Amino acid sequence: MVDLTSFQNNLTDTLRDSVLSIKEEHAHIIFDIIPSAIVEVVTYLRSKKGFSFTTLIDITAIDFPAKEKRFQLIYHLLSMTENKRCKITMDVSDQETVKSVTPVFECANWFEREIFDLFGIRFSSHPDLRRILTDYGFEGHPLRKDFPTTGFLEVRYDEVEKRVVYEPTTLTQGYRDFDFLSPWDNPNVYTDTTKNTKN
Amino acid sequence: MLDKKNTDKNTLTMNFGPQHPAAHGVLRMVLELDGEIVERVDPHIGLLHRGTEKLMESRTYLQNLPYLDRLDYVAPMNQEHAWCLALETLCDIKITKRSSDIRVLFCEIGRVLNHLLNITTQGMDVGALTPIFWGFEEREKLMEFYERASGARLHAAYFRPGGVHQDLPTKLLEDIFDWAESFPEKLNDLEGLLTENRIFKQRNVDIGVVSKEEAIELGFSGVMLRGSGVPWDLRRSQPYETYSEYKFSIPIGKNGDCYDRYLLRIQEMRESVNIIKQAIKKLEHTVGDDVLVRGKFTPPKRDDMKNSMEALIHHFKLYTEGFRVPKGSIYSCVEAPKGEFGVFVLSDGTNQPYRVKLRAPGFVHLSAMERITRGHQLADVSAILGSLDIVFGEIDR
Repeated sequence: MVDLTSFQNNLTDTLRDSVLSIKEEHAHIIFDIIPSAIVEVVTYLRSKKGFSFTTLIDITAIDFPAKEKRFQLIYHLLSMTENKRCKITMDVSDQETVKSVTPVFECANWFEREIFDLFGIRFSSHPDLRRILTDYGFEGHPLRKDFPTTGFLEVRYDEVEKRVVYEPTTLTQGYRDFDFLSPWDNPNVYTDTTKNTKN
Repeated sequence: MLDKKNTDKNTLTMNFGPQHPAAHGVLRMVLELDGEIVERVDPHIGLLHRGTEKLMESRTYLQNLPYLDRLDYVAPMNQEHAWCLALETLCDIKITKRSSDIRVLFCEIGRVLNHLLNITTQGMDVGALTPIFWGFEEREKLMEFYERASGARLHAAYFRPGGVHQDLPTKLLEDIFDWAESFPEKLNDLEGLLTENRIFKQRNVDIGVVSKEEAIELGFSGVMLRGSGVPWDLRRSQPYETYSEYKFSIPIGKNGDCYDRYLLRIQEMRESVNIIKQAIKKLEHTVGDDVLVRGKFTPPKRDDMKNSMEALIHHFKLYTEGFRVPKGSIYSCVEAPKGEFGVFVLSDGTNQPYRVKLRAPGFVHLSAMERITRGHQLADVSAILGSLDIVFGEIDR
């Protein structure tokens, strides 16, 4: 395995500017990068000897509505030859379009479709950016924090019209969002906060 | 959607599913056929989408555990395992040896459960009806073991952060051992029906070939990867629990076709039986040990609850408020029967996860359906789908 500090020093100029930080945590190397460089970074990590992160494990996103750059995109890569995992994180704003990594990893196709579907992040030069998990004609992006868990529309089979009809959600009982978190509890009773990492 | 080249060729567009028995659940595939040859496959998934990840954001960590059962409902405990491992790593909990061995035991039972269902339904997809009856008989026995350990045949919720919910009842290990003794014989019977069966081989050999390079490029894991000759198994390469103490071999395929994947699954079941026997031996040495790390993350002992007010309060608080997980994120994965099942958790320090992402192996495998199937005959679609080992609970989440 390549030493992280020497690796950081040997980055090419363009990559050095795009990689904001490198650290190691929970057996993952974590690269924090700027979004425009994602394709270059994964291509580099994939081909670079001593890294060869040839498998794309997962792409996912997290929504932080309060942040200026609302979404965090996370790419998980695996190197079978080095037996190592890495994570690439980057912050993306609401209107930003991210470069698709499908030219580098074919299996990114559905992952990116899923993120587009559930978060509404767009990927440029993606071969087929359609919704994947939600209903045909669905509106909104369910995994955004401002999307209610109960949704906006419900469906039922209409005996008269002989088809499935869409109606606004009606709840016979209000959505029960229990907040069990004890306000006077010292959180340190349960956890050692000195070990906290980011987020 | 049709491009020009295809319209000239006068292709036929056909719907496969969502209610097709060979679609293994609710999968709709839009197939574009040129005669019998498949030109294009477009799987439409999401018909079983329940929004698990969204739901998990508004429940405590413990309440979320049963959702994991409902992903790949063919081998439920393997999913719970990934969740527990993620929380244990985040909270820095080290579980006891006994609970670790129990987990290994039930993970391997899960693997047998899964592979039994898969190979027999794969057989059914290509026309063999008997194996599924024989296979389900064995599955039923295994689910009984699930029931005796956890109280539920399917959605066990048995693995908990900090160990397993309860110790095994008496005689269960003996019965599992008896089953493990008799099972290879049953496997031989199953193999007698399929392995050298002329029709089964005609339908599977050289069908759905995935080369070594392709398998890596497509992000495959588990049997799909090993079937193509890549020696990669998380139990061996990134061992979790006590797997490093077990002796087992990892079968590797050669041709990467449907038949190799079938053979691999048979072989993996034999290895699993092997591991199960070893686990039972190991468990004999730890009889009476606690199966939970007692502390704020796990319930107190029943005894203590009757005698100690604090234990009673703790029990109440645990099952209502739940426990807090330190801030941070983690990706934890296990070698589930279908491949690498991973859980990504981002904790904001409260009792509910801020975001959970479930990485299902089937999702990745199904996304490669187009690539694998193109150029095959229509009848091969179901054979390939069968060997991909698809369960919609985990794909649609």
